[in-house]
Amino acid sequence: MRREIPIAICFLAGISFILEYFIPHQRILSVFETFRQWAIIVIAFAYVLGLANIVRVNYHVIQKKGRDWPYKIILVLSLFFMITVGIIFDILGIRSGGIAEGSIFNWVYYNAQYPLQATMFALLAFFIASAAFRAFRIRTFQASLLAVTAILVMIGRVPVGERLWGSFPDLTEWIMNVPQLAGKRAIMIGAALGAISTALKVLTGLERTYLGGE
Amino acid sequence: MEKLERLDRRIIFIFIFLSIAIPLLLPVNLDFSVTPPVQSFYDAIEELPAGSKVLVSCDYDPGSMPELFPMNVAVFYHLMSRDLKVITIQLWATGTLLAELAMAEVLEDFPDKEYGKDWVNLGFKEGREVVMVSMGTNIPKTFPSDSRGNKVEDLPIMQGVNTYDDIALFMNVSGGLPGTKEWVLQVQSRYHVKLGSGCTAVSAPEFYPYVQSGQLVGLLGGMKGAAEYEKLVQRPGTAQRGMDAQSVSHIVVFLFILIGNIAYFSVKGAKKRLKASR
Amino acid sequence: MPLWETIGIWLGAFLTLCIFSFLYKDNPFYKLAEHIFVGISAGYWATLEYHNVFRPNLWDPLTREGRLLLIVPFIMGLLLFSRFTKRFSWLSRWPMALIIGIYAGITIVGYGSGDLILQIHANLLPLWTDNWLTSLNNILLTVGVITGLIYFFFSKEHKGALGAGARIGIWFLMISFGASFGYTVMSRMSLLIGRVYFLLGTWLRLLE
Repeated sequence: MRREIPIAICFLAGISFILEYFIPHQRILSVFETFRQWAIIVIAFAYVLGLANIVRVNYHVIQKKGRDWPYKIILVLSLFFMITVGIIFDILGIRSGGIAEGSIFNWVYYNAQYPLQATMFALLAFFIASAAFRAFRIRTFQASLLAVTAILVMIGRVPVGERLWGSFPDLTEWIMNVPQLAGKRAIMIGAALGAISTALKVLTGLERTYLGGE
Repeated sequence: MEKLERLDRRIIFIFIFLSIAIPLLLPVNLDFSVTPPVQSFYDAIEELPAGSKVLVSCDYDPGSMPELFPMNVAVFYHLMSRDLKVITIQLWATGTLLAELAMAEVLEDFPDKEYGKDWVNLGFKEGREVVMVSMGTNIPKTFPSDSRGNKVEDLPIMQGVNTYDDIALFMNVSGGLPGTKEWVLQVQSRYHVKLGSGCTAVSAPEFYPYVQSGQLVGLLGGMKGAAEYEKLVQRPGTAQRGMDAQSVSHIVVFLFILIGNIAYFSVKGAKKRLKASR
Repeated sequence: MPLWETIGIWLGAFLTLCIFSFLYKDNPFYKLAEHIFVGISAGYWATLEYHNVFRPNLWDPLTREGRLLLIVPFIMGLLLFSRFTKRFSWLSRWPMALIIGIYAGITIVGYGSGDLILQIHANLLPLWTDNWLTSLNNILLTVGVITGLIYFFFSKEHKGALGAGARIGIWFLMISFGASFGYTVMSRMSLLIGRVYFLLGTWLRLLE
């Protein structure tokens, strides 16, 4: 029963979301509405589970003095610092606690998390340029199609492209609306068919990898 | 040429940094035209009568802020200038404070706008598509209170707002998953609402089919889309400011691709000739 | 400018430069910034879950409004943590199955209507219209989508007519990948523009 009950839960949960699309009856919809509210709560717990896992994994590294263990201490301390100022201070009624404007939590978000996250992603600009120089090789007809389109879109989408040739933006817009769109639509339809078939396999219990081992 | 092919990547990094820093320090302010998807997005808001309620879902994080924050600000500005009521939600936890920041910037131009009456931040809710579907049948149950702890039923702006039928237009500022695709699949196709999207440039190409099919009323793609929108609402911001740097950096990347290929084919040709001569 | 704001800007600049130092090579400053980022982000998400989901959707209705049925999702949520124990880890499958089942159901409905039917419908275009450019565009769209789908049909070997169709499909796919690459470059450069704007403008005040 350790596998059968979860498979049954999975099926019932999924089928309820499909059925409500076809059953407009208000009484039935309100039952589904209740299930949805429950789902929001359970999904939130899943995120907290992820957080607990982060603490667990890093605790083991610190305990065994594994690689970069001093940095793991900083990681865990930063995590608990945010929870302390955001939740515990709020419960205790400390003025700068909570998540409102002017709180410590807010200040740390704007002055630490925001620059860190933004800069992490900004690094990608350097790497894409480096990758373009080293790996972008026009060896075949198909690669040249890719390269020419990329260059036309890159230049046509920025003001300098319009300055070079007044109709450059129109050409770029045509590429985006016709050949590019056709390729994307084919991928979209194919991916939709794949997603639906995988979801059906999950609902019917044919796909059980989410259950893990015995 | 072989040396060029094996160029230290840190030299490439320096060129990229300069291609962005110099235009920011010495702006030229090249003009640009507005593309049809952005114009459609703008027109969709222009068509709404004053007092209509618009739901703006700010689903992004600081990682995509340079592209999405300017368009978030411009959208809020446009909505406020048209006397439309703004209900903002977030499906990304990181979006809550960014939405507040965007609105704070806009409210400097509209000091008479009142929280709870002209705009409200219902805050972040976990659940992604489940939240989207749940709102379709019961918004107050999904968001029982706003981001400041006020009960939703006590807010004047939320009076009469129970389902998607009570909202005139939907806007999604999307940094990834969950985002525009999920709004199209779960909300637009199910409830047939009017939905516009502002997204990162990475995602924009895959949303063109939705614009063509009518599932999206308009699309702002990346910083260029944000700059075009700033031009339409006549509120210059950081997106327009960044266009010169965008232009120069794109040319630099193009030149790197060109030089990389020239070096590669030169070296390849030389090796071939050497092999043939042996 | 208030002192806290100034300290905040300098902290932001320091952390930004710590991350950028990775471009030279991996170093302790980068590692420090990276670990602070992971810790703060995880703590941030947990705090927002508490304020925006746990309190308004579960705790307050359960304890103050007497909606006792909410005990069910509360227990389901707690069962997720049973995976940390060897003896009761099988109980975590129940809430996991609930989440997976919900998303499977949502996927079928969403992808079925949004990405499959509506997209096919949008591609049913007249191949002959009054405007030659519209006709050409419609023909290209139709040919592009059909040949693109032919390329993804791997149940039969790509030979003969199917092979020719698949080859044309690859051309359209390459064009779409090229457009994606162009837009990706635009996106990445925008992110860097934002950071340089902060360093030169907000921090060093070199920009107007």
